[in-house]
Amino acid sequence: MRGQLLVDTGALTGRSLRHITRSPDTIITTAIIPIAFLLMFVYVFGGAIHAGSSSYVSYLLPGIMVITIAYGISYVGLRLFLDRQSGIFQRLHSMPIARSAVLWAHVMTSLVTNLVAVAAVVVVAFLMGFRSGADVVAWLEVLGILILLTLALTWIAIIAGLSAKSADGVGGFAYPVVFLPFVSSAFVPTRTMPGPVRAFAENQPVTPIVNAIRDLVTQQPVGSDIWTALAWCVGILIVSFMVAMRLYKRQIA
Amino acid sequence: MEVDQAAGLAIQVHGLRKRYKQLQVLSGVDFDVAEGTIFALLGSNGAGKTTVVNILSTLLRADAGRAIVNHFDVNVQAARVRESISLTGQFSAIDEILTGRENLVLIARLRHLDGPGRIADELLARFSLPEAAARRVGTYSGGMRRRLDIAMSLIGDPPIVLLDEPTNGLDPQGRIEVWQTVKELSRQGTTVLLTTQYLEEAEHLADRIGILHGGRIVVEGTLAELKRRLPPAKVEYVERQPTLEEVFLATIGDGPRSDPAGTARA
Repeated sequence: MRGQLLVDTGALTGRSLRHITRSPDTIITTAIIPIAFLLMFVYVFGGAIHAGSSSYVSYLLPGIMVITIAYGISYVGLRLFLDRQSGIFQRLHSMPIARSAVLWAHVMTSLVTNLVAVAAVVVVAFLMGFRSGADVVAWLEVLGILILLTLALTWIAIIAGLSAKSADGVGGFAYPVVFLPFVSSAFVPTRTMPGPVRAFAENQPVTPIVNAIRDLVTQQPVGSDIWTALAWCVGILIVSFMVAMRLYKRQIA
Repeated sequence: MEVDQAAGLAIQVHGLRKRYKQLQVLSGVDFDVAEGTIFALLGSNGAGKTTVVNILSTLLRADAGRAIVNHFDVNVQAARVRESISLTGQFSAIDEILTGRENLVLIARLRHLDGPGRIADELLARFSLPEAAARRVGTYSGGMRRRLDIAMSLIGDPPIVLLDEPTNGLDPQGRIEVWQTVKELSRQGTTVLLTTQYLEEAEHLADRIGILHGGRIVVEGTLAELKRRLPPAKVEYVERQPTLEEVFLATIGDGPRSDPAGTARA
């Protein structure tokens, strides 16, 4: 059964990756909005923002990575919703396959596309002067955090894709996720914010995630931020996975 | 697999009930389908035909009653049922962004068959779709889509095929294409359960017909048996006008005109 799940997920992931290579606009939009943010914040606002000693593009990049993933997952919900709308969902569920492969394929696709989009953003940041002396281990840690974050947000997107009644409704869930980085340490240090805003910014998941990635990339000692970041990611992942699976089991009888 | 008096029956449905909130859709549906035959479930929109099909294909659980498909209980041995059937739903279940061939290969891979590419090519040839193989399904006509849809259902040679309103929304030509396909399937020994709201379709295709109305099968039998229940036919002389369908098919001058489906009504 386990082996079947892997094989079926592979086949279905191939299908949905093919969708993306045939309509590359989804991956372009996923990368283009964060890249626009990167350009705007560095070249328009950057001169006025004093975020620290290092160049602003290096300060900004971790937050932009998070925003990239936040944008990317809204497509996961949409793709799942469109599958539900077409007869494909029913056909697959009436076949002798490992049924949850239908969801796992969307998860794997989300992982691949989001990491490609993040890589594109990093390339642009590099062209804008971002440099890092971090070693391979630090970059692998960054990759680990990004994968966990993508998985956590993807399962939220799957809840949206499974429960939405219309294609417009699917996108709606992504707004708060996209908004959170703005009230975090992604663009400016939280110490510059007024009291209540600062309290919110410092106690929401994006700040520790962004801080942990930033410290890893800029070779700063990583404090407790990384554990807070991991706790948030794993916590969100477990809860959203369980909710999504319950919804799914209820839908497929 | 237990052998009992039910041997030779591909589908047995007994006392099937299903309610959606306030609406009692099925209130005790009974019918059997013999192996290798075509059974048409005839009913108007909303009669519950799709509900029956969804229960038989393990997509939906009945509130009460038993459904045995290929000797497996849909509630207890759902996985075995799924190995025995294939479903062609009411709305074509094809991936529009993939090509016809890619759709077939995907299903063959999901059924864990050897040589998915070869299987796809065979089906493309059999359903006269080879020139469309490399085109995205989004560019197909309604009839081609339906043919591909049915071709996908045949991968892995399931002994039982469930077709939910297979000709819904097709033009006359597309409908005739699907009819030919269904007959061909049956000739090869596949059991077919199809739902339809067109009397004509049931008349053309089915060995036995069940009329689903008010949540039950109100009449069930062969076409001849159903006709016998009606008052004896009167002989009347009526000038026979060609139907618009015949005019249409004659005008576009296409092959399927020669099929018995096109002439049997004369």
